[in-house]
Amino acid sequence: MRISMTVNGKAVSGEVEPRTLLVEFLRNQLGLTGTHVGCDTSQCGCCVVHVDGVSAKSCTMLAVQADGCSVTTIEGLAQGGKLHPLQQAFHEHHGLQCGFCTPGMIMSAADLLQRNPDPTEHEVREWLEGNLCRCTGYHNIVKAILAAAQTMRATAKAAE
Amino acid sequence: MAEKGIGARVPRKEDLRFITGRGRYTDDINQPGQAYAVFVRSPHAHARIRRIDKAPALALPGVLAVLDGQDVAADGLGNLICGWLVKSKDGSPMKMGKHPLLAQEKVRYVGDRVAVVVAETLAQAKDAAEALVVEYEELPAVVDLAGAHEGPLVHDEIPNNLCYDWELGDKAAVEAAFARAHHVTRMELVNNRLVPNAMEPRAAIGHYDPGQDAFTLYLTSQNPHVHRLVISAFIGIAPEHKLRVVAPDVGGGFGSKIFIYGEECVVLWASKKIGGRPVKWTAERSESFLTDAHGRDHVSRAELALDKDGNFLALRVNTKANLGGYMSTFSSCIPTYLYATLLAGQYKTPAIYCDVQAYYTNTAPVDAYRGAGRPEASFLLETLIDQAAMEMRMDPAEIRRKNFIPKTAFPYQTPVALVYDTGDYEACLDEALRLVDYAGFPARRAQSEKNGKLRGIGICCYIEACGIAPSAVVGSLGAGVGLWESAKVRFTHTGKVQVLTGTHTHGQGHETTFSQLVAEKLGVPYEDVEVIHGDTEKTPVGMGTYGSRSLAVGGEALVRACDKIIAKGKKIAAHLLEASEADIEFKDGKFTVAGTDKSKTIGEIVFAAYVPHNYPAGLEPGMEETAFFDPPNFTFPSGTYVCEVEVDPQTGEVDVVKFVAVDDFGNVINPMIVEGQVHGGLVQGIGQALLEGVRYDAGGQLLTGSYMDYCMPRADDVPSFEVHTARGTACTSNSMGVKGCGEAGAIGAPAAVINAITNAIGVRVEMPATPERVWRAIQSRPMAKAAE
Repeated sequence: MRISMTVNGKAVSGEVEPRTLLVEFLRNQLGLTGTHVGCDTSQCGCCVVHVDGVSAKSCTMLAVQADGCSVTTIEGLAQGGKLHPLQQAFHEHHGLQCGFCTPGMIMSAADLLQRNPDPTEHEVREWLEGNLCRCTGYHNIVKAILAAAQTMRATAKAAE
Repeated sequence: MAEKGIGARVPRKEDLRFITGRGRYTDDINQPGQAYAVFVRSPHAHARIRRIDKAPALALPGVLAVLDGQDVAADGLGNLICGWLVKSKDGSPMKMGKHPLLAQEKVRYVGDRVAVVVAETLAQAKDAAEALVVEYEELPAVVDLAGAHEGPLVHDEIPNNLCYDWELGDKAAVEAAFARAHHVTRMELVNNRLVPNAMEPRAAIGHYDPGQDAFTLYLTSQNPHVHRLVISAFIGIAPEHKLRVVAPDVGGGFGSKIFIYGEECVVLWASKKIGGRPVKWTAERSESFLTDAHGRDHVSRAELALDKDGNFLALRVNTKANLGGYMSTFSSCIPTYLYATLLAGQYKTPAIYCDVQAYYTNTAPVDAYRGAGRPEASFLLETLIDQAAMEMRMDPAEIRRKNFIPKTAFPYQTPVALVYDTGDYEACLDEALRLVDYAGFPARRAQSEKNGKLRGIGICCYIEACGIAPSAVVGSLGAGVGLWESAKVRFTHTGKVQVLTGTHTHGQGHETTFSQLVAEKLGVPYEDVEVIHGDTEKTPVGMGTYGSRSLAVGGEALVRACDKIIAKGKKIAAHLLEASEADIEFKDGKFTVAGTDKSKTIGEIVFAAYVPHNYPAGLEPGMEETAFFDPPNFTFPSGTYVCEVEVDPQTGEVDVVKFVAVDDFGNVINPMIVEGQVHGGLVQGIGQALLEGVRYDAGGQLLTGSYMDYCMPRADDVPSFEVHTARGTACTSNSMGVKGCGEAGAIGAPAAVINAITNAIGVRVEMPATPERVWRAIQSRPMAKAAE
């Protein structure tokens, strides 16, 4: 089946089997290997991308379901060579170790912050229910997300 | 201290590729002509293979090869091995059951590799794996330690499934001490079996190049050179000089990627069988659960003898350890030399005896998982001490304090072989009690009680031995390898530095820490240092990363390589500055003639080494030095962890409300990275205490085989932590004074959590302390308690 979509702002199309998962299309056909597969039960969240602006587990979606959609992956998050505040905060607050869960964590957190620009620590931890990390103990991930939220709020305020 | 030198909280240089999605993990690599492997695995815990019919699989489109145990035997490939020989009490060697790359005659656990299918696409390989016909004759299985001794034989030639029956310590002295004890505390404990669960599943790409007659293996490995050695020397697929092993970015290990598994050997071999196309295999998470080496799984009986004042007189421990269906690469040493040697803890207990029986069962192999033996020792000792304190009506902090090895007693020879070099246990305890506000606990408990919650506080004073290890020592104990480490420092013409290390970073941040170290040692900008690791064709032979060894052993090799650079630089500087070599001093990147302002920068010296137009006679040009370092001793990190929990008596739910960790890691290069290591370890320890536990059913089927069934700690299960690493006593086994920090959290946390729960509800609960177990324990409390 032929599908077309916008990925990280670029129009792409490809031939897929009906059973092809969105994550397989992104990784194998588009070469966007920043989106990872860490489980086979939709639990770990390593594969989180944005589909039409909303976070989605790309291992739990068929590629054909994303036909005509706009998809953003971790590779498309930095704009104009400038890191997204979440990427910057993960770096500054040591919110990553092995890096495998990181793309999913950042994409998931980005969706949280567009829904709730000023989350509490508790709200961040609840939101991350669907993202597993085995390295960081979540401590610095939570810290990074709270810091990024603050930066983004300050930027938004300055722009007002 | 340079701005980005030793002691600085430098954000990591490796981050950029990971936060932008440009990491390069094994499964991200695709090669031209790549074929895909899928393993056919045993659905039975124990069975004889009657017949394998490959024809239906071979008939399917795209199938390139179907290989089974008979093909492995026909090609004369060797078995997987355990590289550490442990001897039983009677001097006999451990009994190592044969562990073929693909099962021969019998399968011994659910997930055991029976055959591999290689096909053009992954989907075709999966379809063909489904079509393969394997006829089994099911056999009764032995699944847990309780049934192991009398159970069906996992390896027909090994009686009672007993791999070894090992002991350590002075049994007679211990018995004498028990005979005169005022009080004996006794306890039975289970150390629950865990699945490591690095977020990146194992993966491998094997490639035989017929033109070069050489092999390349891309692999999720913590120690690529060890893989190369074993695959060459024991499996016999390729001679060592014709095998390149590359461990690119690796998404966490925690021990599980130390080991040499059948899968990577098979894809390498299969590549040659199909004429030299690359063959890729990536584990699904279900395969990880079934086949990654599990951790822990001990059942122990522990007894502590005390005098009337609460002084420890002796400790006696019997442990039964589950090895699973086969021995894994280092599985023999985990419940022995990495476990019983730690039973002295932080205490001056004069007599200790431990014996360990290791059994085969029809379950996945068990080997090192974060902490590897030390968490088991720490959990046993620290919960036993709490029980003793309760029975003797002493404060848990005070009974520990009374029995600490005093800081004036170092170096300290324990009765279980180790010599601790440094430590100050009381300082860590005091700091932790201060930070947690120990004195204020009764008020917090009363407040919780008003809210209908039971509050408890638990202490664990852990010690561990890491920075593995002095080769002669481990060799005398049965290790088949040396455990030194290597580093090469290479300057370029333009003064940039390449550091090639034999260690491997898979989350630990070596690229940053080692750069800081070199920047400080050589006075070069941190940004000018590039750390290269994980490729047997680039780095000197190294033993890899595990046992919290990379800085204490690998970092010291790096320091010594830097020292050689400086020594050579002094010769060149002496020549250029027309001074005596003995008068040249090196500091902050400058070679100076002592007492003068005559100097040359290290950049100038390096340039002279590569453009030796004016150069000392007889001195080799170039600036590249290699050093190997074999440590004189382990390092002994220690610390106090204090956990505070609130238990809901209605539901049995445990909420970790406060967690303070005070660690003595000696000197610290990058506190930010060290704290991160502790955070991660703590959550693995809390996971073991509250959430995680492998369950097989009576027939050996894995019930906890996915993230739906195996409870991983999630962000909302744990709190933020108070982690302090400031009060270090410098380690004496390396010039930096550093101790390993990678495993401490997982070693110390379980006992702190369980002790807190016991303190809250008055009854000890086995790990994982699930709400159901806690609730049942609350219901089981004696009438007196219930009537309160």
